Amino acid sequence: MSMVLFLVLAALTIGSALVVVLHRSPVYSALGLVATLALVAMLFLGLDALVVGFLQVIVYAGAIVVLFLFVIMLLNLQVEQEAFSAPLLVVSAMGAGVGLAAIVSVALARSSVVAPPLQAGFGDMEPLAERLFTGYLLPFELTSVLLLVAIVGAVVIGKKKLS
Amino acid sequence: MTPAPLSWYLVLSALLFGIGAMGVLMRRNLIVIFMAIELMLNAVNLTFVTFARSLLTMDGHVIVFFVMAVAAAEAAVGLAIILQLYRLRATVNADEVTTLRW
Repeated sequence: MSMVLFLVLAALTIGSALVVVLHRSPVYSALGLVATLALVAMLFLGLDALVVGFLQVIVYAGAIVVLFLFVIMLLNLQVEQEAFSAPLLVVSAMGAGVGLAAIVSVALARSSVVAPPLQAGFGDMEPLAERLFTGYLLPFELTSVLLLVAIVGAVVIGKKKLS
Repeated sequence: MTPAPLSWYLVLSALLFGIGAMGVLMRRNLIVIFMAIELMLNAVNLTFVTFARSLLTMDGHVIVFFVMAVAAAEAAVGLAIILQLYRLRATVNADEVTTLRW
């Protein structure tokens, strides 16, 4: 990915992430989240991670954010009057966020992470699936158990009447 | 056309993580706090993919796959809890749900 394209995508990503955090209406926050996730998916493609990039769009932007929007619409949340915490907490939160980002950015910018020339098949489905079904087989199977538990838990918790 | 250096991706993910942390600390709406958590998870995913590209290993992509699965499970259960909370207390404001606060 060329430098110009990266800078444009990065600026859009930061902007939409700020919309998520700063907008008073939860619906706009959710739309900002969709934009952020789609832009991060493009950055994944720039890093030659094809499968992960497409999974990002399908799973995150397609499923998780739709769930968020569904709940927001269901609860009929409007623009909030008191969207933010007490001013002191907001200021310290901004200080903490900026400070954290600054420290990590400086540390990472000084590191020499180089991009070696690409090998054939990097980021494709086949090597990913090969890893998943050999070295990571146990975590992969446990993931299916986790998802099953999450489905059952969500249904039970979401029932009309808790007994 | 020179490609963007990988450290730029790392800096961007650090910025995204900072924005997410900021959101968790300063918002009152539980759903927005949840979205900020998703932002932080995504920032970490970006770091994983960047290092996977640098080390030319697929393990980073596998970890991202697992992070996505866990995030989906977390979102489903968390939103169900928020829904039930709204039914019981008619609020999604984190500052009003203090029954368990010590």
